[in-house]
Amino acid sequence: MTASTTATTTASATADEDDLLAHFDALIADGETIEPRDWMPDGYRRMLVRQIAQHAHSEIIGMQPEGAWLTRAPSLHRKSVLLAKVQDEAGHGLYLYSAAETLGVDRADLLDALHHGRQRASATFNHPALTWADTGAIAWLTDGAAVINQAPLCRTSYGPYARAMRRVCQEEAFHVRQGYDLMRTLCEGTPEQKEMAQDAVDRWWLPAVALMFGPPDTEAGGADARTAALGAAVSRRAMAWGIKRHTNDELRQRFVDTCVPQAERLGLTLPDPAIRWNEERGHYDFTPVDWHTYRTALGDDTHWARQRIASRLAAHEDGAWVREAAVAYAARTDEPRGAAT
Amino acid sequence: MTTTPAEDTARTAAALALGDDALVLSHRLGEWAGHAPVLEEEVALANIALDLLGQARVLLSMAGDEDELAFLREERAFRNLQLVEQPNGDFAHTITRQLYFSAHQYLLYDALASGEGPFAPLAGKAVKETAYHLDHAEQWTLRLGDGTDESHARMQRAVDALWRHTGEMFQPVEGLDVDPAALEAAWLERVTEVLRRATLTVPEGPRTGAWKAGAGRQGLHTEPFGRMLAEMQHLHRSHPGATW
Repeated sequence: MTASTTATTTASATADEDDLLAHFDALIADGETIEPRDWMPDGYRRMLVRQIAQHAHSEIIGMQPEGAWLTRAPSLHRKSVLLAKVQDEAGHGLYLYSAAETLGVDRADLLDALHHGRQRASATFNHPALTWADTGAIAWLTDGAAVINQAPLCRTSYGPYARAMRRVCQEEAFHVRQGYDLMRTLCEGTPEQKEMAQDAVDRWWLPAVALMFGPPDTEAGGADARTAALGAAVSRRAMAWGIKRHTNDELRQRFVDTCVPQAERLGLTLPDPAIRWNEERGHYDFTPVDWHTYRTALGDDTHWARQRIASRLAAHEDGAWVREAAVAYAARTDEPRGAAT
Repeated sequence: MTTTPAEDTARTAAALALGDDALVLSHRLGEWAGHAPVLEEEVALANIALDLLGQARVLLSMAGDEDELAFLREERAFRNLQLVEQPNGDFAHTITRQLYFSAHQYLLYDALASGEGPFAPLAGKAVKETAYHLDHAEQWTLRLGDGTDESHARMQRAVDALWRHTGEMFQPVEGLDVDPAALEAAWLERVTEVLRRATLTVPEGPRTGAWKAGAGRQGLHTEPFGRMLAEMQHLHRSHPGATW
């Protein structure tokens, strides 16, 4: 049953809306997926559009810091791995824009919102990739954070998003392993290579921990009560709808717990003196993410934030004539053959 | 194997020529990452670059160590066609370069695949990839040539500008058991056909520049190539002996 079959009078529409909401809640409670033709609350639709679009934008913007190293990759093996990864990211962007479009928005409008600052990509990519080791640190840490964030999304309540995430996560997990492998090769290499690896981790650790998981939603994360309450309210709503499965801080903790032993195996130091095993909690303690730092890094006014968007916008504008040509050609060749020749 | 030293040298020369073509064009296509006109083209151009890099790695490995050959040779030791080292320019230039080269590579690999020489196994696999590259270039040639006035004008400029680099593709390559000259008629026919369908004018200008035809194969390159290598080789050369 779809919303389009409902009656038109206001009274019965309201009654129907209650029924539809009850049906929606029951589907969520039963762990069923919501599909594009199903009725859904406006808030649910809006939250999904925002989240999926931001996710898609992050894939596209995320191509920049790594793509910049394609022409300088130090071996043909690494160059081909990086090419494959950047290609995957463009593909992930395409899956995700398609998933967003099932919610009744248009990809061109979403890109326009990105280009003009009405929607954002992950602020993580507002950091510059300064050395070759950054490509490894990004894959190991940033993609590693993404996998921890996204693995539960493979079971998110909105079917098209969940199915996109299953494909994305599979490839993303592969990227993390490649990033770790790249870092290991550097750590086992010359002193200069090892130094390059440590420097990259020093610069990419905080962006991964702070920015890939969103704002704190518990005071345990070091946030003040008001901030935590705000974050928790958003998280609760997303979890009640089955969009999210875990709070931001739960996932952040899981990420730290995963990375610490990996860094030890690599012989790298994570740039946080507070990291130590907490027997009582059964987790690693770490320096709470400070909300102020988060807000500053998130700012759209930083040099690289502007640079990323400017570069994306330039590609889009430079390509306008190509897209116009494709549209004109398609319109012409769709005409009946007799008319064309 | 019962090859003579002379045959080995010839085979190495041919592997370098074909390997350098694929390596250099792959690099140029990699420069598009993040700059393509639509997302689908980010995927397509990276995909073609990856295919070409795969071919380059097999071919360079037939000639020696792939990384030494890619990162430690000077400009004068590269054997690629001048066509593939040409800067990307606008999308029309990139598509034209791809059309000219893929049509050539498709015919060459098709011929090599049906022979029994040392390049037959590689060519058998690569010809399938190259058929896809050629299709991609032809489809875009049609869209741009027969799209808008602007795209038509840009495409015609690109077709004209790169035309003088097409003659070198049919110069003999030492050690190759196919004579590239034998492919020229089929290449002209295929390219002429698609340009005509795209409402573009087939250039009438010379197909070689002021330099000797086939100069790229002799290690004589155009000026942008040195800058391309500087970027490509910088990191590898900064850490002598390191593994990556």
